[in-house]
Amino acid sequence: MSAADLHGSDSRLNQSHVHGHEEAHAGDGHHDGDELPHANLRDYLIGFLLSVFLTAIPFWLVIGEVFADKRITTAIIVVFAIAQMLVHIVYFLHLDTRSQAGWNMLAAIFTIVLVVIAISGSLWVMYHMNANMMPMDEHELRNVP
Amino acid sequence: MSTHTMSPPAETGNRYLVAGEHHPANGTMLGFWLYLMSDCLIFAVLFAMYGVVGGNYAAGPSPKDLFDLELVAVNTAMLLLSSITYGMAMLEMQRHRVKPTMLWLAVTGLFGLAFIGIEMYEFHHLIHEGAGPQRSAFLSAFFTLVGTHGLHVSFGIVWLVVLLTQLGRWGLTAANRRRLACLSLFWHFLDVIWIGVFTVVYLMGALR
Repeated sequence: MSAADLHGSDSRLNQSHVHGHEEAHAGDGHHDGDELPHANLRDYLIGFLLSVFLTAIPFWLVIGEVFADKRITTAIIVVFAIAQMLVHIVYFLHLDTRSQAGWNMLAAIFTIVLVVIAISGSLWVMYHMNANMMPMDEHELRNVP
Repeated sequence: MSTHTMSPPAETGNRYLVAGEHHPANGTMLGFWLYLMSDCLIFAVLFAMYGVVGGNYAAGPSPKDLFDLELVAVNTAMLLLSSITYGMAMLEMQRHRVKPTMLWLAVTGLFGLAFIGIEMYEFHHLIHEGAGPQRSAFLSAFFTLVGTHGLHVSFGIVWLVVLLTQLGRWGLTAANRRRLACLSLFWHFLDVIWIGVFTVVYLMGALR
């Protein structure tokens, strides 16, 4: 009896608590019971203009064949892609060291480490596998025991 | 924040019970962020696969033969515009205005549909030319990576339509605001993934 009773009263208390919380912060405009990321127009416009810039230039470089050396173009578009990802994460996803008391940032850093290991590790290992296991040429094939 | 969640309302007097049972108010946003991070790992694996087998054409067509960069540029613009319009919806949500929020959400959904439409056209065109997923390892990896992203966007649109009906019925309740914030993260996250896709698959493919 007591457990259910306690639970019921508890949830009622929680509700009243949440209500009080919301009312107390109604003036803020951005602070809810659930701490939602708050946005402002300036951030979105800066992010949008930067990403238009960071998208248009790589497409122009590749379609217009601006540089004769493809390695230069590749290096530039990779740098632009990383920069644009950071712009999106900061201005659109609103990731900073304060969101969720830093847990979002910690999870993001951990994920980035895993992503870098998974992608660079796969490419590295498979490149060497490929280089060291080339198909045998005719001469070798004839001498297979 | 923690002082707020931990301190019970003054009138209860049952201090320890409330403090012990009260969930952190921000659990959903952190949980959804962790989901996005795990989704990020799925895409990391698909990118790694594309990086490894993306050059194996099996004597079939290469990215240079297949991809229409102007079309990809238009597609990228659609997704970028949908990101800023979703941002506008979030700003209207913060001002507690239901109708403008729904309007911007609908615009976002239309840009999302345009993106999916162009991608479907591209896929149909490729398969029609005989460059389907079974043609080569490169094309298998391409369809898996880009298709997975497209599937995410499609489910994002379904979620968006569901949220529109929820907003129409219940308005900007606390739960709906939380859902809008989650979809906002999801939508912008997909845009981040698309940056990787158009750079690695399309632009670097054309340079190969």
